[in-house]
Amino acid sequence: MFAPPSVLTSTAEVVAIVVLLAAFGMLRAPLITSQINLYRLQSLAVTALAVVVGATHGLVDIYILAVASFLLKVIVVPAVILSLLREADSDIAHSNVLKVPSMILVALVVSLFGFITVDALHLRSVTLPVPALGIAVAAILVSFVIIVFRSDVISQAMGFFSLENAVSMASLAVATAVPLVMELAFLFDLLVAVVAFGMLMRVHHRRTGTLSTDPLDRLRG
Amino acid sequence: MVQFALVVIFGIPILAAIGSFAFGGRFAAGASTSGGVLTFAACLSLIGDGGEGKHLQLGPWISGDALSVVFTLVVGGLYAGAALYSVGYLAQHSGGHSKRFTRRYYLGLNIFCWAMVVAPLVNGLALIWVAIEITTVVSALLVAADGTESSAEAAWKYLLIASMGLGIALLGTIIAYAAGALASGHGLGIGFTPLFGVSRRMSPDMIRFAFVLAVLGYGTKMGLAPVHTWLPDAHSEAPTPISALLSGALLAVSFYAILRYWQLARIVVGAAFCRDVLLGFGILSLLLASLYLLSQRDIKRMFAYSSIEHMGIVAIGMSFAAPIAITGVLLQVLSHAAAKGTAFFGAGVIKEKMHTKDISKLSGGMRLLPWSGPLLMLAVLALSALPPFGIFRSEFMIVAGGLQDSKDVLAAVLIVFVTLAFLGISWSTTKVLLIPPEETEEPITNHFGMRSEGSPLSVLDRVDEDPSNRTFKNEPISERVETVGYPVAEEGTPDLPAYRARRGEISILMVVPMVVFISVLLLLGVHVPGSLAHLLSQATSELAGKVGVYHTMVGVR
Repeated sequence: MFAPPSVLTSTAEVVAIVVLLAAFGMLRAPLITSQINLYRLQSLAVTALAVVVGATHGLVDIYILAVASFLLKVIVVPAVILSLLREADSDIAHSNVLKVPSMILVALVVSLFGFITVDALHLRSVTLPVPALGIAVAAILVSFVIIVFRSDVISQAMGFFSLENAVSMASLAVATAVPLVMELAFLFDLLVAVVAFGMLMRVHHRRTGTLSTDPLDRLRG
Repeated sequence: MVQFALVVIFGIPILAAIGSFAFGGRFAAGASTSGGVLTFAACLSLIGDGGEGKHLQLGPWISGDALSVVFTLVVGGLYAGAALYSVGYLAQHSGGHSKRFTRRYYLGLNIFCWAMVVAPLVNGLALIWVAIEITTVVSALLVAADGTESSAEAAWKYLLIASMGLGIALLGTIIAYAAGALASGHGLGIGFTPLFGVSRRMSPDMIRFAFVLAVLGYGTKMGLAPVHTWLPDAHSEAPTPISALLSGALLAVSFYAILRYWQLARIVVGAAFCRDVLLGFGILSLLLASLYLLSQRDIKRMFAYSSIEHMGIVAIGMSFAAPIAITGVLLQVLSHAAAKGTAFFGAGVIKEKMHTKDISKLSGGMRLLPWSGPLLMLAVLALSALPPFGIFRSEFMIVAGGLQDSKDVLAAVLIVFVTLAFLGISWSTTKVLLIPPEETEEPITNHFGMRSEGSPLSVLDRVDEDPSNRTFKNEPISERVETVGYPVAEEGTPDLPAYRARRGEISILMVVPMVVFISVLLLLGVHVPGSLAHLLSQATSELAGKVGVYHTMVGVR
């Protein structure tokens, strides 16, 4: 008999779709600032899911996670990237390895593959929103496509941050399974990763005078 | 005693990092070396308890068993060796780096080693992931430490590819915990015990998926083909002590993470599935690395491919069902760390002495480096699995395990590719070490207008002493050399033939770790000490599912 979805399941699925669509948007966005805004939207959706998970399961601690996630992903990470962009004085467009329609087609294929793969696991659970997990895996794969097919350091870093959002989404979808300390550890790790990405992006820009990854072809064989 | 050792392992590297950053200079060198030695001593003190199958626990977050001890030994030994080697290396590498650089370098080195040495001792798959991700971030910055274009490129590729890999591993971790939560019907703790406690009721499909994701994700850091592409770049461009740590310790720690998934997956889905997955990655890694070893032109890059080859061997070893193969794999991890540490240290000395990594321009290593030359040769023989070194014993055990498991063809394939790798690595190294150095008749004054004394970097120091040239201080060596008008053979590689003829070691501190590691390799090859043998045996039993602190505690066999 058909049972109406719970608030958590519905929210998780809506957020998963937002995360996936934002990843598609980042893939095709011609301007870096557009990518950053889409990342903000993605992060906001993940934060909203954290709030709903906290309210549904009565986990007060997870509100801390939501606040930390908001501060870090919606404010700090975009601010760091934007400051680098100002320093570099460029907002790269057309850094695609393939043309946009081709990239979208590739992303569609891999996201379908991800969704079907999770579906093939035959997960059945009354507590976990399983479709959201499938969509999150699809978003992870689209993030890989961003990293592979965008040829500038900022887009590639944004691809990694989008990947992290999708994984966070997946972990929130199975929130009762993953201890809170792990979530906080992931956030701390993201903070450190942002620092490392930021430093290396600066080094790259100073060395080559561009944000493009095209000059990174010295090491072969 | 166990608790004290664990406190030392978790605390000392952090103290060394803080002290190094606060004071820099000689204090940083001393603190890091002392930290490395103390940490290694603490790891050694765990051998007995690990071998007896005791549960090494300290609070809710720290937990280990015999398997953990094997891997902490690997990291602890290389930590001590790399810290000592760094003292001589930094003094030579650019004529004495700025205090700011030294602070940052030792801060990174200590945190990198801390993250690696605690990874096998943290309680839970999630915490292992966090520790390994920290290693990525810190080591990527260390790879870029030289500030050259090549090192920046290598660091960027490494950070990006390894982060992607760890993203996959994180998904695997989440799915493993989700499988546990579904099996238990409620939330799980972060540690191993709750997870293994419900392992019999877990969904096999989910655990299969989690295991494949873990192998793919951590395999990226371990250097398994086809997700190994960051490895040759990062190993060849990093400062030499970091190259040794990346190769000997980081790959091993990533392998450790896979082994924890192995333990879980073999309970849920059986060992055959796990073996097949590792076999595929192992064969591909061994095949690719053996072929690439035949055509390498960069000596550090060559050793990087050798690391991929050895990771392929351990992956294949785990695919053999016989326990002797698993023991061989663990011994291989220990031996590889010692051999690769020596090899990279030796290659680093050669690079600093001759100012190039290009094999075609290197010769006369044995004559010019009376200690490092022969030690590097011994390391290459050890890496090629020749007796009487530890890798001969470990690979012999792996092949014997394959034959016991009636996988004769696989054992034969392994031998063929190992022989091929031996051909590639020995051909290049023989040229570098045994062919007499090119003699030069041109006095150095033709280029510099001053008499030749000391190392090439002492010349650069004199350039730095000139007030008009102060701006050179923070520039890469290649730029400095170009500026003073010295002929540059290729970018970043000044051609300094006169210095090649100068016989002698750069620093005794760069030789001592190599002597120790070669001695360890001999010991492991000739006679594995009893306590270590017990440890390896216990760890083998844990991996084979016969015993295990997490299994017995929850009644799972």
